Amino acid sequence: MRINSFFYTIGQGFKNLGRNKWYTLASIATITACLFLFGLFYAIITNFQNVVKTAEEGVSVTVFFNEGTSEDEILAVKSDLEKRTEVREIQYVSADEAWEGFKEEYLGEYADGFTENPLADSANLQIYLNDVSMQPALVTYIESISSVREVNRSEVTATTLSGLNLLIAYVSAGIILVLLLVSVFLISNTVTMGISVRKDEINIMKYIGATDFFVRAPFVVEGILIGLIGSAIPLVIIYFVYTHVITYVVSRFTMLSSLLNFLPVETVFHNLIPISLLIGIGIGFFGSFITVRKHLHV
Amino acid sequence: MERGYRKRKTNRQIPEDEVITLENVTKSYSTGAPALNGVTLHIKRGEFVFIVGDSGSGKSTLIKLLLRELVPTDGEITVLGYNLKRIKHSKIPKFRRNLGIVFQDFRLLKDRNVYENVAFAQRIVQTPTREIKRNVPSILATVNLAGKYKNKINQLSGGEQQRVALARALVNKPAILLADEPTGNLDPNNSWEIMKLMETINENGTTVIVVTHNREIVNAMKKRVITMKKGVIIEDEEEGMYIDED
Repeated sequence: MRINSFFYTIGQGFKNLGRNKWYTLASIATITACLFLFGLFYAIITNFQNVVKTAEEGVSVTVFFNEGTSEDEILAVKSDLEKRTEVREIQYVSADEAWEGFKEEYLGEYADGFTENPLADSANLQIYLNDVSMQPALVTYIESISSVREVNRSEVTATTLSGLNLLIAYVSAGIILVLLLVSVFLISNTVTMGISVRKDEINIMKYIGATDFFVRAPFVVEGILIGLIGSAIPLVIIYFVYTHVITYVVSRFTMLSSLLNFLPVETVFHNLIPISLLIGIGIGFFGSFITVRKHLHV
Repeated sequence: MERGYRKRKTNRQIPEDEVITLENVTKSYSTGAPALNGVTLHIKRGEFVFIVGDSGSGKSTLIKLLLRELVPTDGEITVLGYNLKRIKHSKIPKFRRNLGIVFQDFRLLKDRNVYENVAFAQRIVQTPTREIKRNVPSILATVNLAGKYKNKINQLSGGEQQRVALARALVNKPAILLADEPTGNLDPNNSWEIMKLMETINENGTTVIVVTHNREIVNAMKKRVITMKKGVIIEDEEEGMYIDED
């Protein structure tokens, strides 16, 4: 193919956007609407998941040791536990630190009466997990260590959070899947309809002796451009809506902001941009490619 | 294209100057009688041929077979050396570039102007832009539309639209011009103008095949007339007449 023919077909794709204004507008509007809804749900769901994840991260297991267990022995257990996949982070709390913390929290000025550390055997390990659903397995392992006296954990919190996490994962996967299917169906229908009404144009090209590539290329370029514009618009809208809503909620409901940890817009868009572009451009490309093929056998 | 004689399945050798050959061609659709039934036809380079007949006589099927829009159920069709029954799908565009096609309903790209419609045919055969800029005004002048190259298609009369279609068909200098009812949507004056243009094109060496119902034109032009009825050729005469079968 000559280079000028290549650029001609690409140029025709751009020109077709203007030639078929209403089809272009309808297609872009459909893609925008579908991907806006998709993006909105995605932002809500990822934030919701983040809230649960943050709560999970706060759940810890506290390990106390038998009387007389030395700091070196405790630190050896710590380094052994750090190798396990369930463990995200371990903090060693010495007996002195435990007493300082207790004093600060419960005794205040009354602590002056104590000359010795009453929590001398309270050196412990605070273990934070990667996934709370792994807590039972880890606790069973820790309890089997001979120097361990007691393992404190909140089974109810762990089970609730783990269940909630699973529920969110299923619900969000379901919603995203339904939205994706609806988007694919609506967008591909619009693309198909837009091309079908122009099947005469395709026939004329074929009668004159145009190759399949020559006929198809402008439609595919047009489809890609429509997909690109249709996916860029909702991303821009969601960006502004998201940042403004978060700013509003944080400033207006200060209590909520201390409870909820909203994800920064960059984190949400890290995945949302490629997903939206992939859907928009992908459907634009494949929709036009497949639909034009139907009319090529003239 | 091959030179001299070409061997064929039926053992008949196709003369070098024969551009269209149909041997016992039958085209059947899923229901009803065959649209074409054992048609044999030979057209030489430079001929001007009218194909006439009532609706349902098989004229349109014949044109579609010549365009390789349809494939014969039986028999062989050779156009300009291409065996249309065996031609690969990828070779069809190259084959069609040897044909100029004019339809009753013009089939122009309505969202483009006159120049773009004609230039489009040149773009398809990958003519360099410099040549397109030279060829298109020249062919538009031939069909008397030089002054309207910027006009949109819906700004033209029926006759003018058909002349644009004719210019598009001719700009690539086809060996054969196929016209399917080219005057079907035109008044008598425009019809004559189109036919005169086609006659001029034929005089310059292009084979012209016109499917028509226009008895007056056929009878006045004194060209070869092939009359079809119910899928068969019932008459094929040099300087023939379109006679009402009823």
